[in-house]
Amino acid sequence: MTNEQTRPDPDALLNLLQKEEEKEKKGKLKIFFGMCAGVGKTYDMLKDAHAAKSKGVDVVVGYIETHKRPETEALLSGLSIFPRKTIQYKGTTLEEMDLDAILARKPELVLVDELAHTNAPESRHTKRYQDVRELLDNGINVFTTLNVQHLESRADTVAQITGSIVHETVPDSVFAAADEVEVIDISPEELLKRLEEGKVYTPERSKRAIENFFREGNLTALREMSLRLTAERVDRQLRDYMAKQRISGPWKSGQRLVVGISPSLRSISVIRWARRLAYTMDASWLVVCVESSSALNQNEKDQLSKNIKLAKELGAETLTTSDDDVAGALIRVARRQNATQILVGKPIRGLFSQSSHLIDELLAKSGDLDIYIVGQEGDTERAGSRRFFPQIQSILPQYAIASVIVLVVALACFPVTRFLGYQTVSFIILLTVSLMPLRFGPGPVLVAAGLGALAWDFLFIPPIFTFSVGRIEDVLMLGMYFTVAIVTGVLSARVRAREKAVRQREEKTSALFTLTRDLSSAHSQDEVIKAAVANIKKFFNADVVVVLGDADGEIASSPHTASSMKPDAKEYGVAAWSYWNEKHAGKYTDTLPSAEATYFPMSGPRYPLGVIGVKLTQKLTSDQENLLENFIAQISSAVERELLSEISTKSIIVAESERLYKTLFNSVSHELRTPVATIMGASENILHDLSHGSLPTNEEYAKEIHLAAERLNRLVANLLDMTRLESGMIQPKLDWHDVRDVINSALKGLDKELSGHAVTVNVQDDMPLVKFDYGLIEQAITNLVHNATVHSPEGTEIEVNATHTERECIIVVSDSGPGLSNEELQKVFEKFYRAPTAKTGGTGLGLPIAKGFVEAHHGTISAKNRLTGGAEFSIRIPVDPEPGKPKQEHI
Amino acid sequence: MNTKPVILVVDDESQIRRLLELTLQGSGFDVRLASTGNEGVIMAASERPELIILDLGLPDMDGREVLKKIREWSSVPVLILSVRNGETDIVSCLDAGADDYLVKPFRTGELLARARTALRHRLTKEEKEVFTNRILSVDLSARTVKRSNELIKLTATEYALLALFVRNAGRVLTHKFILEQIWGPAHAEEAQYTRVYVGSLRKKIEKDPANPKIILTESGIGYRLSVED
Repeated sequence: MTNEQTRPDPDALLNLLQKEEEKEKKGKLKIFFGMCAGVGKTYDMLKDAHAAKSKGVDVVVGYIETHKRPETEALLSGLSIFPRKTIQYKGTTLEEMDLDAILARKPELVLVDELAHTNAPESRHTKRYQDVRELLDNGINVFTTLNVQHLESRADTVAQITGSIVHETVPDSVFAAADEVEVIDISPEELLKRLEEGKVYTPERSKRAIENFFREGNLTALREMSLRLTAERVDRQLRDYMAKQRISGPWKSGQRLVVGISPSLRSISVIRWARRLAYTMDASWLVVCVESSSALNQNEKDQLSKNIKLAKELGAETLTTSDDDVAGALIRVARRQNATQILVGKPIRGLFSQSSHLIDELLAKSGDLDIYIVGQEGDTERAGSRRFFPQIQSILPQYAIASVIVLVVALACFPVTRFLGYQTVSFIILLTVSLMPLRFGPGPVLVAAGLGALAWDFLFIPPIFTFSVGRIEDVLMLGMYFTVAIVTGVLSARVRAREKAVRQREEKTSALFTLTRDLSSAHSQDEVIKAAVANIKKFFNADVVVVLGDADGEIASSPHTASSMKPDAKEYGVAAWSYWNEKHAGKYTDTLPSAEATYFPMSGPRYPLGVIGVKLTQKLTSDQENLLENFIAQISSAVERELLSEISTKSIIVAESERLYKTLFNSVSHELRTPVATIMGASENILHDLSHGSLPTNEEYAKEIHLAAERLNRLVANLLDMTRLESGMIQPKLDWHDVRDVINSALKGLDKELSGHAVTVNVQDDMPLVKFDYGLIEQAITNLVHNATVHSPEGTEIEVNATHTERECIIVVSDSGPGLSNEELQKVFEKFYRAPTAKTGGTGLGLPIAKGFVEAHHGTISAKNRLTGGAEFSIRIPVDPEPGKPKQEHI
Repeated sequence: MNTKPVILVVDDESQIRRLLELTLQGSGFDVRLASTGNEGVIMAASERPELIILDLGLPDMDGREVLKKIREWSSVPVLILSVRNGETDIVSCLDAGADDYLVKPFRTGELLARARTALRHRLTKEEKEVFTNRILSVDLSARTVKRSNELIKLTATEYALLALFVRNAGRVLTHKFILEQIWGPAHAEEAQYTRVYVGSLRKKIEKDPANPKIILTESGIGYRLSVED
């Protein structure tokens, strides 16, 4: 393990520090802990108190219950005892610890017996441990006593064991927070001796106690329980210590890293850096790309998808969001994802470089988030090469910059007019203006055009330094200049608007496409909902809750589990309103707009299917609203589709089970009754023989009973398997297994049946691990082999061969019996089909079960006759690529 | 003084209780019976049995709950009884501290063998350091593994795996337990590790690796080092 990995978890450390800091000011708590009353807790506590007193500690007794035990009472002498407070309650006088008096006196150490005690009514606190807490909070150290049965987490079990219910309990946190716990441990025998000697209770009470609570068995259990609890405490303390001392252990930092990337080559190094950081921090990391409104060129698009792919390969989650405010978007994502750090590449500083902005903004807005700025290697790109003009965010600077550019160009041309001629200058200015729509809106372009015209007129058209135009061609020229500039401005603005519209439409189409694809590949209602939630979340960047209607048309009482947020009762009311009225409701609508989310009903044929709540952060544009409506419509129809298919599946299942039921009655009742009859008959004979004083005449009866029971057992197992299959409850638990292993297990289970046959097993040498459900495939092989034993004469050979190809694993069971007739070949896998020649005792279920189990693995099973005679059954299971093997080592 | 080991049977079916009582008494055990989980917990404390046979399908509380309660104070061996197809329950019980399991219907011979193995572990609290049968002999203190009296070489992981089996000879070990012990908690789900290494270990120690007699596979649950010769 490397050093980075042994870094203490910051949260754990903080906790520890807080714990210690609290303790600095607070008094220390020592608990004398025992398995039950009478072990000597109070006695030991008093002895400790005397020891402390002899060291000069100011000790007082807050409350001690001596139970009139002479040894204990003797120890009280010499300690100053606080008088108890008396409380009159319903005619009786109750005595309690005088908390206020102790607080006023403020001794160093107070003894308080029986921590679990419940105070008299009308006391300040209901429980004594609350009194103790107050003492500790005031810096007073406390010694106290506690029995294991009074710990909240153990009270239940103790009540069960001892039969006496414990009313007075102390939260486990009090026990855990104690600075010291001393276990007062004596053996049950010794305790019982003390009881009998009357050292704990009065003789009469002792007798009752020994009969009830203090049974030896109980005491052992209680003792063991108290020792274990203390051991656990020590364990926890050790962990705390390890955290503090940086002793390596399993740290979980719970850190999350958000990495901002751009469509640039440089981001690759950022991603790699982030991976290293995430790895050393043991943090999960999320790579975020923020797309701004400006379109990307093809190269950039390619680079971006490469970057995202790389991030995914390196184990990051990825997310693309669109926002012109990159810093804001990164921070938003980081907060939403509970990230603790943001990592971005170091910007290439340039005059108009946007990224330098980014860093400043990140730093300004990030609050408690840590920001990492990473140097970027391999910078082969020139900074800002994409942008001929820097992109300008807000509109006002756009006007200013456009004007400045035109004026600068005009002024720059001024000294060279002599060589160019002033007409040429007008083209230069025109060129400048016509390039502007690439970066600026129509407004700034027009202003720049006007300014350009004025500047040209003023500076270049003779007479210069006046706005008057002397020659007619110059007037024409100026007019044409204006027209061209305006047309350029307007046209390019229009092109940009169209481009934007196309892009939005493209996004919309692709969003809808993704949704439809996900929805149509969903195979159950749950999957549909999951896909719906994921898609809405992705495209609208909002939390989603889905509440479905139940079978009776009522709204379900809890949201679907795939929902990404949990509505409270009020929100639920809004959802219900939307459901019943089949109208939008909630935020940004006219109905119940104070809700947190907006609710969209999903309409169905008879009653509403459900309602989808979306927690939008801002009002949607009409386009987005349109898209969301489309989403809801698509989701509704998918939910409806699944609902209908579930209904039809259910009816198929009902029909199938009816058929099974009938066949069961007709064919299986016979199979069930035969062994039962044998068992009853044979056992009756044995009983009869016994009652007539004779020993059972022979052991044949017992053997018959055993055989019949085995037959019955096999039948019951088959019926159960069949029922599982028929009910669709088979869900293979896939894991990697050794094929040899599963064949062996199957054969071992058939020991007896195989005694008359020779069995050979051949498994291809390089057989890899194969993914399957061990139990199911074992049963399938068992059934095939059992079938072979039934259908081939004794003394013949049964072969089990396993081979594999790249795609599948093939297990073949073959026998040397008479083989299968044409009819048998066709019907052998049908339920309850019995070959006319079969021995009795079969159920006609073995092969269909094997088929069902194999098909549950998406495999196939087939039967054919061998060329050499005999039947051959093959199981084919599709093979996944083998899993990562543990690292190979050398001897 | 009664020296017969006490076995507590917790099962709600009176027939099974009766069968177990007869079988165990016949083999020299002192049997106590409980028919509910609640009763089972109480008797586990009051009767101080040396072995508990616990059925998972109890009417009043889940067998796993009973196990959890008993484990709050006691490390008495617990043998789980379960029905077929209950592998998931069995595995979760084994991982929660049960010592072994039997699937209903069980053979009484098997039951007695398991009960004796569990009791032996109870008696010899310290972990075993030596294992021998006809083919194999392992001495953990000397770090030697011999097959038919010839020293064989194992990789570090193979040895660790074998040592784990030897220390728990006769007991079923779940995949999760093996993975956690050998590869650490982070790998608890990667069952293919055990398959691969058990396979290579068998190649080195078994006479016929295709038909293992020393490390046995427990369908869907894990492995067991056979203590029968």
